[in-house]
Amino acid sequence: MSQVPADLRYTKSHEWVRKLPDGTCEIGITDHAQEALGDLVFVEVPEKGRTLGAGEPCAVVESVKAASDVYSPLAGDVTLGNPDLAAAPELINQEPYGRGWLLRLRPKNGASDTLLSASEYEEHLRAEGF
Amino acid sequence: MPVQYASQIEEHHAVRGAAGVFDVSHMCVADVTGARTRDFLRHLLANDVAKLTRSGQALYSCMLNPAGGVLDDLIVYYLNESWFRLVVNAGTRDKDLEWIRRHAQEFAVEVRERADLAMLAVQGPEARATTATLLPAAARERSLALPVFVGCEVGEWFIARTGYTGEDGFELMLPAAQAVEIWEALNARGVISCGLGARDTLRLEAGMNLYGNDMDETTHPYESNLGWTVALEPCARAFIGREALERVKAAASARQLVGLVLEDRGVLRSHQKVSVPGGGSGEITSGTFSPTLERSIAFARIPSGTVARVSVDIRGKLLAARTVKVPFVRFGKPLVSVL
Repeated sequence: MSQVPADLRYTKSHEWVRKLPDGTCEIGITDHAQEALGDLVFVEVPEKGRTLGAGEPCAVVESVKAASDVYSPLAGDVTLGNPDLAAAPELINQEPYGRGWLLRLRPKNGASDTLLSASEYEEHLRAEGF
Repeated sequence: MPVQYASQIEEHHAVRGAAGVFDVSHMCVADVTGARTRDFLRHLLANDVAKLTRSGQALYSCMLNPAGGVLDDLIVYYLNESWFRLVVNAGTRDKDLEWIRRHAQEFAVEVRERADLAMLAVQGPEARATTATLLPAAARERSLALPVFVGCEVGEWFIARTGYTGEDGFELMLPAAQAVEIWEALNARGVISCGLGARDTLRLEAGMNLYGNDMDETTHPYESNLGWTVALEPCARAFIGREALERVKAAASARQLVGLVLEDRGVLRSHQKVSVPGGGSGEITSGTFSPTLERSIAFARIPSGTVARVSVDIRGKLLAARTVKVPFVRFGKPLVSVL
């Protein structure tokens, strides 16, 4: 079973969200997602200042096998795309919840929070047969 | 055969640097037997099995339809005058066997699928030496003495110095019941299990086509970088597809299959649109990330003519790629420069 840290929130499309002390959120893909994709070789992260809607494609992760869209779990404005991934996309394989984060955004006020808890996400993985 | 056993990139590097083993038992081995086997294959195949003079020698060939379209690509081994062995693709097995048997009738040869055989490809600079340690002494010497693209029978096994990776190595055809034991013995000697993913990146770096991606029934060998496999000499040999190919040859092919190296960052994938300077376009037939070059590489079918650079539409962005002569990599060494 892949790792699902208890302190993060998740989506059914295998993104995770970490609330940071300054009110912004860090977003990445889960351990399960990186394992399913395999060795990542190219990552495209959004520009600072881009406004994202919830569920909007916000990044592309490409492994040797395939390209895959990442969907923004929340509506908000991008404050930073992870600058380290251009040279080291394998950080996502190595540390999906750490140095492999994709972007940070400032969530829109009043955005509805439909994210899953860790236990709900684990249940979702089981329901998908993993 | 899974896509990968562990890391696809590590599997790839193992084959370039040491040795890896692939279970390619899904491929179809068929023995063709009868007094007129050579005549039959000279009719069936676009390459000429008259080139095969030494027992065990292999030849790569296309099998064409009358329109010159590629029904399949295959390896044919010459065992003796009344016995040749074909190895054809898994996805085309039924179509191929039906086609081969239909044309075999006229030559009174028999076509027998060898589903009793497993096939393991052991590839990489250390592959032959390591595989040889599993063989009895006499067989060891014979297998290590095999020239490139030649095989030999060793008891119930057939060992050939062939492959699909651009590295030295063996392809082993052996009774299926022994395959697991040999696989595990190779693993125990440091030969890494490799999956379909590494097989694809290795063959692409090696400049080798994949049937269904890079050529099919709607494309002919001259637009698939396979003109070298078509034997138009001697001109008296009437093989299936010959007349269509002669017409293409006379008119010169309108399209060509070229190698591409992406200069920008990103990954080339099949079906992406390729634009040629001055107009004209084509598409990627196979594309991937090359673990050896650490760049994306591809084959693309584009209009004929000399073209140094093209642009490729990747999710709406036009990225620059350079055309190169394949292979990209051979025997562990890059053959194209990257910036």
